[in-house]
Amino acid sequence: MQQGTGRPVFSGVAIGPAYVYRREQRELPGACGDAAAEQKKFDAARETARAQLTGLFEKTRREIGEEQAMILDVQIMMLDDMDYLDGVRDMIAGGASAAQAARETGDAFSAAFAALEDPYMQARAVDIRDMAERIVTILCGGKSGFSMTAPGILVAEDLTPSETVQLPKDKILAFITRQGSSNSHIAILARIMNIPSLVQAQIALDPELEGKQMIVDGFEGRYYVEPDEATLAAMTQKRDEAQAYRLRLEAYRGVPTVSVGGRRIKLLANIGSPEDVKTALDCDAEGVGLLRSEFMYLGRSSFPTEEELFEGYRSVVEQLAGRPLVIRTLDIGADKQVDYFGLEKEENPALGYRGIRICLTREDIFRPQMRAIYRASAFGPLSVMFPMIISVEEVRRIKAFCGKIQAELAAEGVPFGEVELGIMIETPAAAIMSRELAKEVQFFSVGTNDLTQYTLAIDRQNAKLDEFYDAHHPAVLALLQTIVDNAHAEGIWAGICGELGADISLTETFLRMGYDELSVSPSRVLELRKKVCESEV
Amino acid sequence: MKEIKYVITDAMGLHARPAGLLVKEAARHACAVTVGVNGASVDAKRILGVMKLAAKQGMELTLTFDGPDEDAAAASMAEFLKANL
Repeated sequence: MQQGTGRPVFSGVAIGPAYVYRREQRELPGACGDAAAEQKKFDAARETARAQLTGLFEKTRREIGEEQAMILDVQIMMLDDMDYLDGVRDMIAGGASAAQAARETGDAFSAAFAALEDPYMQARAVDIRDMAERIVTILCGGKSGFSMTAPGILVAEDLTPSETVQLPKDKILAFITRQGSSNSHIAILARIMNIPSLVQAQIALDPELEGKQMIVDGFEGRYYVEPDEATLAAMTQKRDEAQAYRLRLEAYRGVPTVSVGGRRIKLLANIGSPEDVKTALDCDAEGVGLLRSEFMYLGRSSFPTEEELFEGYRSVVEQLAGRPLVIRTLDIGADKQVDYFGLEKEENPALGYRGIRICLTREDIFRPQMRAIYRASAFGPLSVMFPMIISVEEVRRIKAFCGKIQAELAAEGVPFGEVELGIMIETPAAAIMSRELAKEVQFFSVGTNDLTQYTLAIDRQNAKLDEFYDAHHPAVLALLQTIVDNAHAEGIWAGICGELGADISLTETFLRMGYDELSVSPSRVLELRKKVCESEV
Repeated sequence: MKEIKYVITDAMGLHARPAGLLVKEAARHACAVTVGVNGASVDAKRILGVMKLAAKQGMELTLTFDGPDEDAAAASMAEFLKANL
């Protein structure tokens, strides 16, 4: 038995034969002796590569996401890079074949990028090689040479985005890569596919590995090759337990979330875009308790129009088909870089110009969003909540503004429905003032991440502070109790949408406190429902 | 010849995506466009060269425009930089 370690990117256990993925060590065709003919072959292959990449770009955008797709768009541009094309042309004129020229020029540029100091640009070396190898593959007759006959564990040096997209995903039980990071293409894919995987693994890509039985333990970050009987038995049990646990959770699908003592709590999902609604429903969330509305504003160079916003929100409302939806208005600030907002750099963005502070001072931003939200409410239930509130005065200004929007829409004859107004409680000020605030709105949703950070004066990004940080700090728990008590005293409901909401060790505490709703990442819904249903509270 | 300067404010710097957009913007104009940082200067219509600059937040880019439509190109590039970098 041989074993080693890697950085786990998704927990779980997989057992199966190893498939070693090596970039083709193929013989490249030699030159035919006519440089003009070789150049023609290269030009034709380049056009085929462009068509393939354009197809992959669309596929990736649909199946994986915009950020990953952009990498392929950059590769398409590399195909037109004059430095690369000049290099290829010179080599062909010097007697090289089209394939040799495509690969060697690609390797030269790739090496130049790998030698840069900047780690981000170093990582782009893979993109250049990927682009060049695509042309080489086309010139070699289009054989990529990798297939999987049975489900197994894929072991590779690293995988480029276009290799990743072309993998037989239904047959992959786990990934092990020698390179990569928790943010590499492969790690993201592993999380989307829910399969245990290791990156930065200490493993040799030995051809002998091919077909040998392997185990990947994504809980511990270990792998085993040709495991002995004891290890195999232990790992099989671990895998089956993990699967059984998932299966036991399945028993809670479609079941009302009620504790043994009869407490009913709503379990909703936090999502970031209309595409996530499907995941939320697949995970059996009872609705959406937090739609982060930043998705419409990021990754573009100008403000979205009211029409675009409206279409985005309407899509979510329609997919939810009558289930509750809470949209949080724009929560952007100097910590999230969106160039076209033209925000100035701040010393202390967490305490700066962000969230509702931007909305209340930039009507040009707030108006289209609120109009779009009201218009979408004509298509199904919809609530809206406002981030970073610290005073009653702010809430009154928001309510006056919403009243104005409603009057405008009515005057224009544009249909809209009832929209419940709520606020995020994420500042100590809002928590302390919650009795007064509860008189103004119809619900509270506690953003525990910010509330904790502001209450403890601890930046969660700063690892040095970990020893001082306590997610269950009594001050935070006391505020949580105050918030829900004040909400109920004024007859409104209160929920939790921060990370703490998914903390199983606090579920009973929240039930006892009296919270009406928890909104968590979709994948946590069934686990929490099980916890609630088993609770004696 | 026209020249403009711009200090990058985007936290990610001139990474692949804005580099791609910058090349597309440069390619829209007939005049020769160069972009430089810290003394190194490259053809702004070539993606690999622009990416290799590895320009970061806070660095000053110098762009030159040389050709019949240089005024329009410089103006539109200035807009582009403000909006994207």
